[in-house]
Order: sequence, then C-alpha cells, then structure tokens
Amino acid sequence: MTAAARAGCRLRRHAVASVAWLPMTSPASETRTLHGWGRTAPTVATVITPRTPEEVAAAVKAAGRRGIIARGLGRSYGDPAQNAGGTVLDMTGLARIHTIDADSGVVDLDAGVSLDTLMRRALPFGLWVPVLPGTRQVTIGGAIGADIHGKAHHVVGSFGNHVEAMTIVLADGSTRELTPEGPDAELFWATVGGMGLTGVIVRARLKLHHVETAYFKVDTEQIDNLADLMDRQTRDDEKYAESVSWFDAVTTGEHFGRGLLTRANHATLADLTPKQRRDPLKFDAPQLLTVPDVFPPGMLNRVTGRLFSELWYRKSPTKLGAIQNITQFLHPLDIAGEWNRGYGPHGFLQYQFVVPLERGDVIRTVLERMTEAGQVSALNVLKRFGEGNRAPLSFPKPGWTLCVDIPIGPGLNELCEDLDRIVLDAGGRHYLAKESRTTPEAIRRGYPRLEEWRTVRAAVDPAGVFASDLARRLELI
Amino acid sequence: MIDAVGNPQSILLLGGTSEIGLAAVEAFASDRPMRVVLAARPSQRLTDAKARLEARGCAVETLDFDAKALDTHASVVEKAFAEGDVDVAIVAFGLLGDNEEAWTDGAKAVELAQVNYTAAVSVGVALGDRLKQQGHGSLVALSSVAGERARRSNFVYGSTKAGLDAFYTGLTEALRPFGVTVTVVRPGFVHTKMTEGLKPAPLSTTPEAVAEVIVHAVRTKQELVWAPAPLRFVMSALRHVPRPVFRRLPL
Repeated sequence: MTAAARAGCRLRRHAVASVAWLPMTSPASETRTLHGWGRTAPTVATVITPRTPEEVAAAVKAAGRRGIIARGLGRSYGDPAQNAGGTVLDMTGLARIHTIDADSGVVDLDAGVSLDTLMRRALPFGLWVPVLPGTRQVTIGGAIGADIHGKAHHVVGSFGNHVEAMTIVLADGSTRELTPEGPDAELFWATVGGMGLTGVIVRARLKLHHVETAYFKVDTEQIDNLADLMDRQTRDDEKYAESVSWFDAVTTGEHFGRGLLTRANHATLADLTPKQRRDPLKFDAPQLLTVPDVFPPGMLNRVTGRLFSELWYRKSPTKLGAIQNITQFLHPLDIAGEWNRGYGPHGFLQYQFVVPLERGDVIRTVLERMTEAGQVSALNVLKRFGEGNRAPLSFPKPGWTLCVDIPIGPGLNELCEDLDRIVLDAGGRHYLAKESRTTPEAIRRGYPRLEEWRTVRAAVDPAGVFASDLARRLELI
Repeated sequence: MIDAVGNPQSILLLGGTSEIGLAAVEAFASDRPMRVVLAARPSQRLTDAKARLEARGCAVETLDFDAKALDTHASVVEKAFAEGDVDVAIVAFGLLGDNEEAWTDGAKAVELAQVNYTAAVSVGVALGDRLKQQGHGSLVALSSVAGERARRSNFVYGSTKAGLDAFYTGLTEALRPFGVTVTVVRPGFVHTKMTEGLKPAPLSTTPEAVAEVIVHAVRTKQELVWAPAPLRFVMSALRHVPRPVFRRLPL
C-alpha cells in the first residue's frame, strides 16, 4: 500500500456525535461473583458497566468503603480484577477505536477495546500490535495495567513502551492525560504495570508497527534437552523478532526439558505463496469451539500430561522458514474459547517468574522440584527477556522467564512456597498478572521499587479508593 | 484474602480458648503466619495461646468476649473487623454440662441453651452481616454429632447443637450469594478438657485431627464435614435405627 493510499484509508470517527446516541440513564449495575482466568478464589462485587468516561468518573466518585477497580476481559489468572464487597468496572463497555493513522501507526482508542479487535481493525492498514501475549482477549487498559509482554520482548519491550499517551480517571473523579515524558511521567509509569491501582485508564494512544503481511516466517527447532534449548536461545535470539520455547516438563532422564524453540520474523510479501499474496494482511484467527464447563478435576494427570507432551513435541520436527499465520504461530489456544474450563472446577494456577540471565540454573531447579513433587504441567513456556522499562512494578527485566500451568490439588501450596524461595533467593520475581497465591513479603523482595510506586500512588489516591483483592492480598496499597 | 490454594491471611476465633478452635488456628498458622484475633474471657489460657501463636510469627490480638453477654456480640465482631478483613471466622465456644443436672435443673438447661445456641445464633448474625459486606470469607461453626440424633445420655447438649447446626446450615445458603462459605463441622467424641473423665465413644478423635478437617474444609470450601470423616456414614445409619434398638446401644 502506498503512503497516499494509506492516508486515504485513514479512519476517523466522531466521538461527540456518537455520544448523543447514548441514553441518558445510569449504567447497568449488578452483583456478580468474579474470578480470574485460573478460576480460583472467587469473590462477590457490584459490577458496573460504564459507556463513557463520565460514567467511569461518576462510579469512582460513588465508590463505597471497599473501593473500586477496573476489569477488562478477565484474563489475569489471579485476583487483580476483582474487588470483594466493592465495585468493579466492566470496561468492555468503552470499546471504540477513535482514529487509526495509517502513516504514523498511531491509534487512538478506548481502554475497553481488545487486542483482538485492534488487530482486526489495524491489520488492513498494514499495522501490527507490537506486543502480543499468549491471547488476544486482553483489553488495552489491562495490557497497560499489567504491562504485558510477548514473544517479541527481547526486541520491542513490554506494552507500556508503545503507549504515547493515556487518559485516566483519578480517585477524585478528575481526568488526566499522561505521557511517558510529560509533567506526569511518574504517574504514567506508576500506571504502567500498576494493576489498575492508580486510576481507571479510559483511553490511550498507541504506536503500532508497520508490516507487509500478517504471516510469520518461522524456524522451529526440536531440541532434546533443556541445556541445549537454553543455549540455543541465548546465542542468536537477536536475529528474530519473536522467540519463545515450549518444553516438556514430564519426561525425565537425559531428555529432561526437551522442547521446541520457535522463532520468527514477520514474513515479507516475497516470502508468501501466490495464494497468500492475494490477501497478505488476512486476519486468520478463528475460534472454532467453546470448551463446555463439564470437566471433572484431574483431567491433567501424569498419563494425559505425558501423552500431551509427547504429541506436542513430536508434532513439530525441526523446520526452518515455514510460513505460519497468526493462530499457528502466536495464539494456538485462542482456537478454543474458555479453554480454562478443561482444568475442571477447582481451577489451576499459572506460576510465572523471571530470574536474572546468570541464574539460568534456576529454571532447571524449578523443573526438578516440580517433577519431584509429582506436579504435572503441560503448557510450559520459557523466554529470554530483553531490557525492562521505567515502570516500578513492570515485571520484565533482563533474564529468563518461565511459565507453568498447574491444576489446583494437594501438595501444590508446599511446592509453590518452595519455588518462591528459590526464585527470590536468585533475585527473581513474580508476574502480578499471573500471581494468585504468594505472600506480600515475596512481592516486596521481588519489586525493590514498590515503595517508590506506593508514594506516587498515595499522592493521587490518599484515601485508597482504588482497591482489588490482589492489592489486599499482597498489601500493595 | 483467601488465595488460590486456600491460604487465609486472617482468622477470628470466637471462643478463643477452645482447644479445637486453637488447634485449627495453629494448623492454619503452621502453613503461613497470619493475623489472629482471639475472642474470649481473659484467662491464663488465653494469654498462653496468644504467646504460642506469636512465637509462630502471627500478629495476635485478643478481644474480651463473653458468650452470655448477648448485647456485646455485635461490638466484639465489629472490633475484630476493624483492623482489616477477616478471612476465616470460627465459632468454637460451647458448654458440655452435666446431662442429668441439665435436664432437671432449669437454670442449668437455660445456660446450656443460651451459650450453645442463642449466643451462637447471635454471633452468627453479626458475623454474617460483616462477611456479607466484605464479599468473601469463610465462617466455620462447631456443631456435634450429638445434635444429629438425641441420646439419653447427652440430649440437652445435643439439642443445643441441633439448633446451632440447623441455623448455620441455613446460613450457608443465605450467605452463599454474597461470596461467603459457611462450614458446619460435626465432630464426634473429642478428647479435650471439656470431655475429661468421660467414657470416649467409638471413633473418638483429638482436637488436632478435627483441626485438620477444618483446615481442609476451608481450603476446599466444603459446607458440611464430619470429624473423623467415617462418622458421616455411622451417623447416617444411626439416624435410622429404630428407637427400641437405639436405646439399647451402648452410646
């Protein structure tokens, strides 16, 4: 697409005109039981679905003793988007994309827009969301609040790095625009990764990347032990825009930690087949089924875990330069809606941590402890992070990050306490968007800048209007 | 907050010197130190319990609580919630009494009824109100298998526990929509100071074993549990034994 054509495609909507359409009633409000993606620790809150920033401000001002917190699509595993006995704002009602500038790649949009929607709208203009986590079902507000990362972290950093400006509603109901370098830079960076505790993000301006196609040119390497897997990932990751590895946490012995290293660059037009070239920016990401809520606990056990790991490992022999679409490469799990139901009614937890590069040995120790404890994890993801950003509570920092999914069951608590010690002693920390069970002490140790963040937060919310189950549990505020 | 694997961070024990109650608090605290509120009449036992829990790293607060002083219950519960959320509240106070005395002496009978039933209902209402506002939490009530079928040897106590049991079973349903789990615990014969000198019934147990049952029930959100667990089936059978046979059983 030429620059002129891109400019012609510029999409503009007039927010003011649309607002007049909205009925002048108060937003919907109901009492609901909420839990995170892990389906653990449900609590009850009053859920309000605002349609405008003004309604957000009104709800913040009307918040009671138990406070208020914003919620997006509920993909955090633990409890950051629930607020027992208080108010929760369902932000998916604020879901308008205001403008997309195809030349500069800047998008102005509401905080309740999902990454899925954003990708669908931006791709036709050749624009790519630079930071994509394992699912597209994440709102912009949630992406900023958790400062999410993706397989491209070693090159592009985390989500907050791509935010040019955001508008937030503060505890007193006032609205403020924040920029990364402006007068409120401190508050901007306290909001990035701030888990919604500084205010409600209602609108943002993001800078997207330009791509020629929606495809990836993928190198998959089957590597039969953990040491080699990590070694390969250390050597030439910089040649790839995206890099991640999955490994088998069930097989023991000499093939312990065997896995698949998948790394990719955006495919150019020349890389595509003639058929793909006809629609190079095709958004090919269907949701084929919704998992029903019928599974008993214990579906993932040593037998099914071993079977899954074997199949997953075998399905992808080493192959270089394969062209894959968004679903194949980035989001295979998005094919199945509500896949978390497969873990059964007791739910599961995701344990994700980062340790400094020089402590790569921790990865092996953690896996050994898990195997010894008889815990089975099928979805194990290992990645090497690049540089972190300025946000005091942002999770990524240079090092190895490991992520495992474990169903809730006997012995899990003891195992996790054990892992906490190993991770923290190595100078590591936990990811708040995944966290559902650690102690306030573990967060204090892992995030040495927590006090600095608290000071910034306290200045804009001295009365503690913004509160969540996560904040209470980990004594963040 | 109670976390994803069922660890609470704060616990309120009404009947702060109850052996079963304290064993439960210690069992929770052995996994992770927590904020503890012990509500009881001041005594050496209370001071000792506080010291023991503090040695485990818990932050312990004691509140003066008299089950018979019904009009003070609301304010005691209020104070317990003043310092933050209460994740688990255990209603553990109670009297056993002497059955022969209790069914022949009106004052004794009323005392048992007031402490075991009326007071338990009174704190149940106050706790229910606070937990409802909190939007989460776990409420544990110590019932007894004695309430499942009245026995000649223990029916006054049994009747009070039957009342408590019915109230808290109903409260389970009433509080469920507010995110609060109520657990009714039915222990059998437990070796404690309260039962000292009595002949143990079959399947007798210890405060520590009952505590384990309570901890597991809270972690897994069970609403009705027996201690030890097989009593469930024993009591199921006993409830249907014809009276002429039942009265001959050595219970």
